[in-house]
Amino acid sequence: MAAAAAAGPSPGSRPGDSPEGPEGEAPERRRKAHGMLKLYYGLSEGEAAGRPAGPDPLDPTDLNGAHFDPEVYLDKLRRECPLAQLMDSETDMVRQIRALDSDMQTLVYENYNKFISATDTIRKMKNDFRKMEDEMDRLATNMAVITDFSARISATLQDRHERITKLAGVHALLRKLQFLFELPSRLTKCVELGAYGQAVRYQGRAQAVLQQYQHLPSFRAIQDDCQVITARLAQQLRQRFREGGSGAPEQAECVELLLALGEPAEELCEEFLAHARGRLEEELRSLEAELGPSPPAPDVLEFTDHGGSGFVGGLCQVAAAYQELFAAQGPAGAERLAAFARELGSRYFALVERRLAQEQGGGDNSLLVRALDRFHRRLRAPGALLAAAGLAEAATEIVERVARERLGHHLQGLRAAFLGCLTDVRQALAAPRVAGKEGPGLAELLANVASSILSHIKASLAAVHLFTAKEVSFSNKPYFRGEFCSQGVREGLIVGFIRSMCQTAQSFCDSPGEKGGATPPALLLLLSRLCLDYETATISYILTLTDEQFLVQDQFPVTPVSTLCAEARETARRLLTHYVKVQGLVISQMLRKSVETRDWLSTLEPRNVRAVMKRVVEDTTAIDVQVGLLYEEGVRKAQSSDSSKRTFSVYSSSRQQGRYAPSYTPSAPMDTNLLSNIQKLFSERIDVFSPVEFNKVSVLTGIIKISLKTLLECVRLRTFGRFGLQQVQVDCHFLQLYLWRFVADEELVHLLLDEVVASAALRCPDPVPMEPSVVEVICERG
Amino acid sequence: CFPDTVLIYTLSTARALTPQTAETDAIRFLVGTQSLKYDNQIHIIDFDDENNIINKNVLLHQAGEIWHISASPADRGVLATCYNRTSDSKVLTCAAVWRMPKELESGSHESPDDSSSTAQTLELLCHLDNTAHSNMACVVWEPMGDGKKIISLADNHILLWDLQESSSQAVLASSASLGGKGQLKFTSGRWSPHHNCTQVATANDTTLRGWDTRSMSQIYCIENAHGQLVRDLDFNPNKQYYLASCGDDCKVKFWDTRNVTEPVKTLEEHSHWVWNVRYNHSHDQLVLTGSSDSRVILSNMVSISSEPFGHLVDDDDISDQEDHRSEEKSKEPLQDNVIATYEEHEDSVYAVDWSSADPWLFASLSYDGRLVINRVPRALKYHILL
Repeated sequence: MAAAAAAGPSPGSRPGDSPEGPEGEAPERRRKAHGMLKLYYGLSEGEAAGRPAGPDPLDPTDLNGAHFDPEVYLDKLRRECPLAQLMDSETDMVRQIRALDSDMQTLVYENYNKFISATDTIRKMKNDFRKMEDEMDRLATNMAVITDFSARISATLQDRHERITKLAGVHALLRKLQFLFELPSRLTKCVELGAYGQAVRYQGRAQAVLQQYQHLPSFRAIQDDCQVITARLAQQLRQRFREGGSGAPEQAECVELLLALGEPAEELCEEFLAHARGRLEEELRSLEAELGPSPPAPDVLEFTDHGGSGFVGGLCQVAAAYQELFAAQGPAGAERLAAFARELGSRYFALVERRLAQEQGGGDNSLLVRALDRFHRRLRAPGALLAAAGLAEAATEIVERVARERLGHHLQGLRAAFLGCLTDVRQALAAPRVAGKEGPGLAELLANVASSILSHIKASLAAVHLFTAKEVSFSNKPYFRGEFCSQGVREGLIVGFIRSMCQTAQSFCDSPGEKGGATPPALLLLLSRLCLDYETATISYILTLTDEQFLVQDQFPVTPVSTLCAEARETARRLLTHYVKVQGLVISQMLRKSVETRDWLSTLEPRNVRAVMKRVVEDTTAIDVQVGLLYEEGVRKAQSSDSSKRTFSVYSSSRQQGRYAPSYTPSAPMDTNLLSNIQKLFSERIDVFSPVEFNKVSVLTGIIKISLKTLLECVRLRTFGRFGLQQVQVDCHFLQLYLWRFVADEELVHLLLDEVVASAALRCPDPVPMEPSVVEVICERG
Repeated sequence: CFPDTVLIYTLSTARALTPQTAETDAIRFLVGTQSLKYDNQIHIIDFDDENNIINKNVLLHQAGEIWHISASPADRGVLATCYNRTSDSKVLTCAAVWRMPKELESGSHESPDDSSSTAQTLELLCHLDNTAHSNMACVVWEPMGDGKKIISLADNHILLWDLQESSSQAVLASSASLGGKGQLKFTSGRWSPHHNCTQVATANDTTLRGWDTRSMSQIYCIENAHGQLVRDLDFNPNKQYYLASCGDDCKVKFWDTRNVTEPVKTLEEHSHWVWNVRYNHSHDQLVLTGSSDSRVILSNMVSISSEPFGHLVDDDDISDQEDHRSEEKSKEPLQDNVIATYEEHEDSVYAVDWSSADPWLFASLSYDGRLVINRVPRALKYHILL
């Protein structure tokens, strides 16, 4: 009871109050650490004590403190508190004391009961242990006795045991001897029964012993017998092996037995391979027969199937058996097998390639890809077995080669298709027009060509895409993931085709027969538009399509779209320029003939516009329509309102006056310079064969420029009579009436026609121009 | 020093230009005018290189408008013209050999201020008789010769004349004509300075032909040499088989007459018909062309010239420094290129030619009568010389 009371809290401390026990230590320690820190920073402990700390433990007035002094407390209370508060504290104190007392009593009762039961338990244990001690003593004595007896029995039996062991040994030896003596007959029997395996096992078992005891005559006899039989056995085995009729597994068994008989492995190895070769060659021959001189050949898939199951399967078996049998041979043996596989493999590949070559012409890739897939897949197994022979690599190479060839084939196909399209267009253009019914329009033809080429390209892409299909065994080879996609398909096939297309188109510009030429102008125009379309849209579309289908991802540089587009644009530009030249030439020739063949001196007074001028206008209109089918209008300079109202008078342009007036007086260089500068103000140099832009107006402007310049040059070479000049006047006015509408800058037509008339006037000894009103009337009459 | 370019001299409408071939000291050109209304003239243009000025003398050529002019290679005073004679409703192109007054042969003294009033007349030596053949396209003198042999091209005939009795009489020595359908008509011809001057080349339509003047037979024929009419041709003065031609297809083509299936080289710099092509007499890489696009183009065709590796310099003559420089130069790849495009003309240029005296000087003539004298750019000149 006293101990329990001492353990309790000190009287007067309230049970709900914060205990100063173990939990109080932590802040204490912390404070200590703080103190050290403070020390370090040069703050004394006392200085820091200004904090409003909890109850000071040294406070004697703290009821729960260790240094509580009741007297001081009471004094303090009495001194500080009014009466009412004193009374309150007293009641409070009394209530707390009572509560503490009752708590203590409860604790004491509970602990007392537990103590009583513990004492009982200890007493009982004491009794039990005493009993157990006695029994342990008894057990020890018994064990001693048993040990004693056991030792005695062992000693007695020692002698007999040894004897039995010896007898058992003798028995075993005798059994072995008996086996040896019976061996020849057993072997013979085995051989007779054909149980070669059993015989070889017996022989193997006896061999060593006989070897060891051969100095004993009896054993020697046995050994001799055995050897004879074994030799016969080996003979028979070889016989069977050589006959070779039975399948590869049996042969392998024979070889295994022969090996066990200690036959020389080298020789067996050779023979084994020789037999295998025989069989495999048989397969190859049958394959070759399938190839045939004139193939009623099965399709390529069947062929590779045969090859795969027959030859490759056989080769696998041979390789597996060989490796099992001749593992002991080491690297030399492996090398021999590899050489064997290489040689036969290469023959097989040669056959396969021959067969595949027959397949090159076909348009369908799916069968070929499936065949290649089978072929490649079959060769993976021996590839693993025979890494050294490099069959898998060779097979991959073949597949790659075939893939390359296919790409080439498709490129050829695309080119042919393009040329075919061109031929179709030529035919369509050349086809005689049924009266009243235009053939297919240029736009339609263009659409046909474009769509047909595009569909060909798509078909080719789809066809070569088979090579990279996921389920095809070789599609994950680096070649097919990288080079095939980027260099082969993208560069070789698509870019190559677009380039060759451009070249083919350009070749029409360089054709030597420039005079008229074999190329119909409409074809030039159409090709030009086609190339331009390629530049604007189709190339990027096709390349995007390709890149999407063949996730091109490797380091090889590829031709950027912009380069191709630039090439296509250049081609389109050249074609269009050539078109302008050709058409310009056609009209030029008409004009030239008309000027050169006429006798201008003795011509009559003009009554009509010459027919050739009408023809020129008609042709120009036809060209305008033709170009309009494919090219946009284009911009032209703002027109003056009365552009058709001008009439040519010989001296209409002021500059011509000064220009051709005789100036026989010597002129100082400065004057001439000034004069030329003034002239430059009036006219800009006209580039006759200048590059054209991709629109109708520019094309027509080019053609008209060429034609009118020709007219000018031709006029300058002739001499005109008065009426000749007037005829030129009429003709030029007529041209003016109709041509201005086609060109970008009508001023250009004015300039050139002015010059024509002025030149004609200059080439006329008697220049009397026609009245403008008359010219107009004639022209209006048509 | 004077600028590389440009002296401009204007006369009336003109097409015919030639250097005074026999003159090797003074720079002198002859220009024939072409006018139906006034008397035609031959202007003798003297270029004073030192003072950079032009002197001119005028000769009356009353026979008619001059279409072609060529100077005798032997006699400075002798020249031949092709001219038009218009007689009511008929135009005839004739050819004649003329002699200029003695005092004008060697160029000018001070030309009188009003030369037109005192213009002298040419002395007619002989007509290249044309009763049988009209339409003389051009007259070509035998180069290197003594000025006694002359060839004229009339329609489809090629006529070889011997000038006798100091050129006062022209005797038709031999002739040949083109057979074939259609109206064949020679447009131009040149006499080769090689092979002892036994070869002449002519152009008709798109075809170039070579002739042997001894037998008057055809040696070679380049069909479709140009896509359109061939306007002019010239022989390389230093390489005997090389020939340049130009035409209405805007192209200038260079041919090796031993292999005429393909041109050796083609230039396509002009934007209209090329009327004239001329090799420089000394440095055959310099090729001059004139075109009706109003431009004159000087090209450097070094790769097919007689000096494809540049001028070879003797080691002895030059200091180390120069040696080094020449080494550098020889390493440079020599490429054909356009040296310069001259745009001083306002109208079609129908004639260009090199001076016979100064290999670095050339003249061009446009239809409006503007004669422009240019020099080869100095940098290039030194590049070729050094």
